[in-house]
Amino acid sequence: MTPRRVVRRIAASALIAVVLAFFAVPMLWLAGAPFDARPGLGLRWPDWTLANVRATLAHPYALTSLANSVLLCLVACAVTTSSAALAAYALSRVRLPGRDALLYLLLLLSSVVTGTAAMVPIFVLMLQLGLIDSRLGTALVLAGGLLPAAIFILKDFVDAVPRSYEESARVFGASAGQVLGHVVLPVARPGIAMVLVWSFVNAWGNFLLPFLLLRDVGRQPAAVLLRTLQDEGGSVNLAVIPVFSLLYSIPVVVLYVLVDKRYGFRFHGGIKS
Amino acid sequence: MAAIDIAGVSTTYPNGVRAVDGLDLRVADGELFALLGPSGCGKTTLLRTIAGLEPAAEGSVTIGSRDVTRLPPGARGVAMVFQDYALFPHMTVAENVGYPLRVRRAPREVQRSTAERVASGLSLSELLDRRPGQLSGGQQQRAALARALAVEADVLLLDEPLSNLDARLRLEARTFLKRLQHDLGLTTVFVTHDQAEALALADRIAVMEAGRVRQLGTPREVFQRPSDTFVANFIGSTPMNLLDAVVRDGHVECAGARLARVPHLASGTGVIVGVRPEYLRVDEHGITGRVSIVENLGVTSLVTLECAGGALVSLTVPEQDEPALGRSMAVTAAPGRLLLYAAEDGRLLDSR
Repeated sequence: MTPRRVVRRIAASALIAVVLAFFAVPMLWLAGAPFDARPGLGLRWPDWTLANVRATLAHPYALTSLANSVLLCLVACAVTTSSAALAAYALSRVRLPGRDALLYLLLLLSSVVTGTAAMVPIFVLMLQLGLIDSRLGTALVLAGGLLPAAIFILKDFVDAVPRSYEESARVFGASAGQVLGHVVLPVARPGIAMVLVWSFVNAWGNFLLPFLLLRDVGRQPAAVLLRTLQDEGGSVNLAVIPVFSLLYSIPVVVLYVLVDKRYGFRFHGGIKS
Repeated sequence: MAAIDIAGVSTTYPNGVRAVDGLDLRVADGELFALLGPSGCGKTTLLRTIAGLEPAAEGSVTIGSRDVTRLPPGARGVAMVFQDYALFPHMTVAENVGYPLRVRRAPREVQRSTAERVASGLSLSELLDRRPGQLSGGQQQRAALARALAVEADVLLLDEPLSNLDARLRLEARTFLKRLQHDLGLTTVFVTHDQAEALALADRIAVMEAGRVRQLGTPREVFQRPSDTFVANFIGSTPMNLLDAVVRDGHVECAGARLARVPHLASGTGVIVGVRPEYLRVDEHGITGRVSIVENLGVTSLVTLECAGGALVSLTVPEQDEPALGRSMAVTAAPGRLLLYAAEDGRLLDSR
């Protein structure tokens, strides 16, 4: 090996090490800090204890907030996936003038609709509907924000389902519902699995919407509660935050692993007949 | 078991294309019927109109004694095999074959037992628990056929049944399909663009062009007496010779040769002489030309002669008699194989 190549290899390895450390440090903190007798914001070998776990479980809102998160996400996820599946099927099969423009417009507006810019009108709307502090109402707003992108993603998957499958089922006498349920949705399943996980993760991590629409701390999801975890003195509650963060990250990881194992993410959406 | 009556059917696409144009056709009960034509001639649209996948803009479709023109596909008593077979990739072969019964909400055991019964008739028993992706092309075709037969419909429709198979398998599948149809006696309509396939399989053929039937007849009729130059050109694996000719003194004159006697045609009438390369033989006199190309077809060779006036005439000769390039040859048509078409509209006038 020439000296030049040695230097290049060393430089490349060093760069990779730095990037790796950048991602690994928070992960290691999440693994160590929850079980450390004196958790801090730095990374160190923990003095093992379960006291933090007990403190977190004893916290009046920690577990309720996680339950709230699950509820919000399940509703948002179910509404998004089912509506997106129906809308994607319709948009894929019905010839509509200006359909593509409509889809792009939806996608464009959706980032505005649930984005920060539209927060005030959304808040006013929900206030007038009497849906402030309603978890269901918040879930619907979350779903509304996710829907355009979900339709956009799913339409590609439904487009890839050959029309002859549906026609074949129709010749056998299948009704529209049977065609959808027996043929189109199962064949587009990888896409649906993907939208399911994607919408769940998005709703799970959303802070701003539930923060604005849910004022009662007993109804707030984990993402919002995390911000308010302080001890009596007003400083950051380092006994609860690490354990809570760990609990907070588990569902998403589990969901991802489960769905990946069951369907295997196929982002390209190609279906071989 | 049912005949199909198509009366004055037109099918128009939303973009205004009239894919099928006022077409009349009757497919007899138990017949194996071919819709043959070049791509875009409306043959697949006609098949889809019979199936109910395209609405007929005009006319009526009757299956058996039932007018099905306004009925949805599932209520017509037809089964269809699509060109890509349309086997559902997420179901096993057994589930695919049993699917028509699942639609009718038959119990699972009935679905399974029907699938087993139909599949065994098509030697698919070993493959029932495979998915379509794990089958070869021929097996997929048989699975799709099995699914269509599980419907127990009156009419079987096949869209390009052999086009997705490789050449070798196609011959086997052709024989298999013909025997199956013969055994079942099921009224079957199939679409193909391959004239050899249509000739080999069908009891009767409708040759289509631009949404209309150009000729309707048995494979023999269509092959031997094409009713116009379009059909003459389309049918036959080696294209028919179509030569410009004129009538002089009661004889057809073509490429400097005097061919057949046509006493009823006036002198000066323009005609087109049609004769298949297989029906031309080497003779002492006749159309004379020099051998310009020789193509080996296996048992025979296709010889192209360049005649006086630049006309090209092809004939087949046994491969052992292959002539040398540049040699001068004279050819005449076998008796009764010379077809005369009107020059202005390509209609068949006579044969000699």
